[in-house]
Amino acid sequence: MIDAASNPVTVHVVDDTTSRVVLDAGGQAPLLQVAREAFVAAIDEGWADPRRLHAEGRRARLLLDGAREAIAAVVGARTDEVALAPSHTEALHAAVRDVALGRRRVGPHVVVGAVERAAVLNAADFVAARSGGRRVTVPVDRSGRVDENAFIGALAQPGVALAALQHANGEVGTLQPVAPVHAAARAAGVPLLVDAGSSLGHVDVGPHWDLLAAGAADFGGPGGIGVLVTRSGVRRTPDRPEDEDRWFPGGVSVPAALAAAVALQAAVADRDRADAARRQLVDVIRHRVATQVPDVEVVGEPTDRLPHVVTFSCLYLDGESLVRELDARGFAVGSGSACTSSALEPSHVLAAMGVLTHGNVRIALPRGTTRRDVERFCDVVPEVVGQLRDRAGVVGL
Amino acid sequence: MTEAAEAGEVVDARGLVCPAPIVRLARVARAAAAGTLVTVLATDPAAEVDVPAWARMRGHTVVRTKRTDDGVLAVTVRIGGR
Repeated sequence: MIDAASNPVTVHVVDDTTSRVVLDAGGQAPLLQVAREAFVAAIDEGWADPRRLHAEGRRARLLLDGAREAIAAVVGARTDEVALAPSHTEALHAAVRDVALGRRRVGPHVVVGAVERAAVLNAADFVAARSGGRRVTVPVDRSGRVDENAFIGALAQPGVALAALQHANGEVGTLQPVAPVHAAARAAGVPLLVDAGSSLGHVDVGPHWDLLAAGAADFGGPGGIGVLVTRSGVRRTPDRPEDEDRWFPGGVSVPAALAAAVALQAAVADRDRADAARRQLVDVIRHRVATQVPDVEVVGEPTDRLPHVVTFSCLYLDGESLVRELDARGFAVGSGSACTSSALEPSHVLAAMGVLTHGNVRIALPRGTTRRDVERFCDVVPEVVGQLRDRAGVVGL
Repeated sequence: MTEAAEAGEVVDARGLVCPAPIVRLARVARAAAAGTLVTVLATDPAAEVDVPAWARMRGHTVVRTKRTDDGVLAVTVRIGGR
């Protein structure tokens, strides 16, 4: 036996995060405490392979099915309609591929909004290319809202296998007209995939979808869990080799699945309070940035939006400098500017909206963000922007 | 009038990445009289969005957008009155 006391392993963790303010929770929020506890408990209880028939395997299966049941209850679905994926991206890819294959006799085209997540756009290109179809991309207005009539017109064309419209845009916060689009899709007999990756746990995603996708890390669950809910009437065929886990071969981590379900339940139980608190904080940012930073464009729908997301772009600055300078002052923010991505392309969302893509700061407030944090951030932004512009010699342009 | 003359002042921002093309364009625009045409040449993919967005924020008008065969974007802006 190893005596821990005689074999001291000292790990020095330098904690430089105590005064940090994280304002970049989109897609990957800090893990909720209850989710962490569920994860740790499930490592002990649910370590076994849920495919095995013995008691340990059955216990893991029970936890996994319980997780799916809890998620089903939150989104208003049946447990057997809920599949867990290894990521949000994988859930979106599978949704597009499996429906496109299942409905290949109907046609090869996929209708999407211009500001869908890259995973949706890329999957649509992928399935359309191999079957001689087209990705039909419906434009958005300056606020990022899709042209509802154009979308409805496009999905009613012959040969459409699938349509995809996000519940809300995670970069700019704008809600999409999913209810009327779903009604039209239903009338046209076209299944509608709704990417609720930025909405689930933050706002009510409603019943207007045929397939619903999300990622657990966005609502405070662990990374490595995606959710795909498919209404039982939707025709789909697995576009991959056969596996016991038909839709996501190999299955997912049981502790992560349980933690994801617990996180979702906690997020939804606290949703209204968190909505009111964060909506007000975003209003503070929108107002203070617009009035106190010169030559700035606060973008996205101001009222019909997610409670926790806001984006703004500063003329003549590059996003990378802004992110680094704010980081140095203790604030973690995102950016949709080209200079912050490995590709040289700017955010396709900002581009589709026709708003400034450089000098972009993207914010998604995690739960528990305080008024003090936000006011401090708003104090720092005009100062940082002023200094960076001064350094770049672009003041007064 | 020839097309070259219509193009007015030309800002060559080829090879520069964002926000440099917009900064160069803004410097020329600041010194230009209202009604002047300024054409910016750019290879940065962000310029296609950022030139019109800048023009809108600054009260200028995009009068022509062209992409040449070698992928260079040419956007002509009419400077607004201030």
